[in-house]
Amino acid sequence: MSDQTYSKNELMICVAARLFEDGATCFIGTGIPMLAAMLAAKTTAPNLVPVFEFGGTGAIMEELPRAVGEARTWHKGISALGICDTMETAQRGFIDYGFLGGAQIDPYGNLNSITIGEHDHPRARLPGSGGGNDVGSHCWQTVAIMQHDARRFVPKTDCVTTPGYLTGPGAREAAGLPRNTGPAYVVSTLALMDFDPESRRMRLKATHPGVSVEEVLAATGFELLIPEQVEITAPPSAEELRLLREEIDPERLYI
Amino acid sequence: MDILQSGTGELIQPFDLDEFREWNRTQKSRKLIDKRMSEQEAVSRFVYDGCYIGTELYGTVRAPMSLAREVVRQGKKDLRVCGQGVLELDLWLAAGLVKKLDITYIGLEVYGTSSALRRAVESGQVEKCVEWSNGAITWRMKAAAMGVPFLPTRSMLGTDTLCYSAAKVVEDPFTGIKVALLPALVLDVALIHVHRADKYGNCQIEGISGFAAEMARACKRLIISTEEIVPTEEIRRYPDRTIIPYFLVDAVVHAPYGSYPGEMAYIYGRDEPAIKEWVDMSRTGEDAKEYLDKYVYSVKDHGEYLKLIGEERLQRCVELREKRD
Repeated sequence: MSDQTYSKNELMICVAARLFEDGATCFIGTGIPMLAAMLAAKTTAPNLVPVFEFGGTGAIMEELPRAVGEARTWHKGISALGICDTMETAQRGFIDYGFLGGAQIDPYGNLNSITIGEHDHPRARLPGSGGGNDVGSHCWQTVAIMQHDARRFVPKTDCVTTPGYLTGPGAREAAGLPRNTGPAYVVSTLALMDFDPESRRMRLKATHPGVSVEEVLAATGFELLIPEQVEITAPPSAEELRLLREEIDPERLYI
Repeated sequence: MDILQSGTGELIQPFDLDEFREWNRTQKSRKLIDKRMSEQEAVSRFVYDGCYIGTELYGTVRAPMSLAREVVRQGKKDLRVCGQGVLELDLWLAAGLVKKLDITYIGLEVYGTSSALRRAVESGQVEKCVEWSNGAITWRMKAAAMGVPFLPTRSMLGTDTLCYSAAKVVEDPFTGIKVALLPALVLDVALIHVHRADKYGNCQIEGISGFAAEMARACKRLIISTEEIVPTEEIRRYPDRTIIPYFLVDAVVHAPYGSYPGEMAYIYGRDEPAIKEWVDMSRTGEDAKEYLDKYVYSVKDHGEYLKLIGEERLQRCVELREKRD
């Protein structure tokens, strides 16, 4: 193990932030995706166009939003409209990326945030679909950001709230979802994953520094595809950590 | 058009569009009537046991908190609720007022899952949860606002969100693609908090508009709470800002700090410690009851509630407002 001078969440946020393409339109879910978007905007993606579901587009994210509708989601933005505008913009193909979280994820990138256990008699009632389903349906590509353990990375989620590749190749299109859409990456506390273009199954792309492939496999409740070359993600830079700690989350709500 | 798939969820608010038109013709006056009233009067006149009710915007942002507390105070029960909510719906769930949910998201956002929701659903107190996405529930209101029975969407397809909804999947007769049909949602009562309204109910909002336009046009009764009551001339000076015209409105309640402890764009920011207080107290049923006793049942109205909070705290929120600079 290398010296851990940063937390798992800090690393996960940094790895997610580096996936933001400069100038792209990005639907930002609540929580960790907000931190990643802020970090990206302050580093590699200064022209990022964040879209928040209740109506904020193009905000300058100076302070961490605590809710998807609060003023920080449209602060100095280009527009402050309503939920129909943002969702319909996504539905007609204007949103490049969606950044999401969830309680469970399966090998095809399907996410669950409805219930653990049977829907009508749940062991745990989770918040619900929220905008996640819309984001996963309409954005060109999605990135899920999750804690990594075998309770969350499961062979089959108790519910499919947000569509990944559903049951495999062609399933999204067969269900009627817009073509050429789907999950691109999963960023976890242990690794960065992508999806095999043939089988649409989750594939390890890179482990985080100090994490072995075996550790990732042990924390994954399904068979994760392992390519011949597994990369190693770069640790957070001093500047990334400074931004996270001093400017983005000084109250340490997430990091 | 063949139905390819039907969600198994109950349509918990059936609707009849011609009846809705009749309602809008006969029960919604076009006359300029002074609709100002107290929150007690508005809630007791228009919210009733078993009604289908919704709130706008969202939890801690321009949320009709003073009206939501009054609903709890009056103990309106067996409510059927459409919900994306944070504090407002949490209070109703904790007070045991909710029977059925068209649920999209009820949680505490940055602070995680809602304990009140978990208790209410896992205990079976909430009898039904019918799932929808945030987009879908708003488009359902938009369908009602358009006066049509459904809107097609490409959301929810292929997922359990659709399976546990009351949507139906069909093949689009024009292009052949599959679409989910979302049934119109006509609410019995809606609660919306705005920045300014005149005494007739013409309303203007600043910041994001959420789904105020859709909800206001998709309900039979609309209670407005407003930070400020302004002369009609002020409305007429900026007619482009009017999002809700008076004839949609049944009651206008003057409620400064009506969204507290949530925020109101350009007027006040969130009271984070006050929100955290609910996050902590809502963890157990007992503590949640204590919270309700202190902040809802033992104050007689919004005015008394604001006194309990105190000028100093409110002023701090004013300082935290979004500013135009």
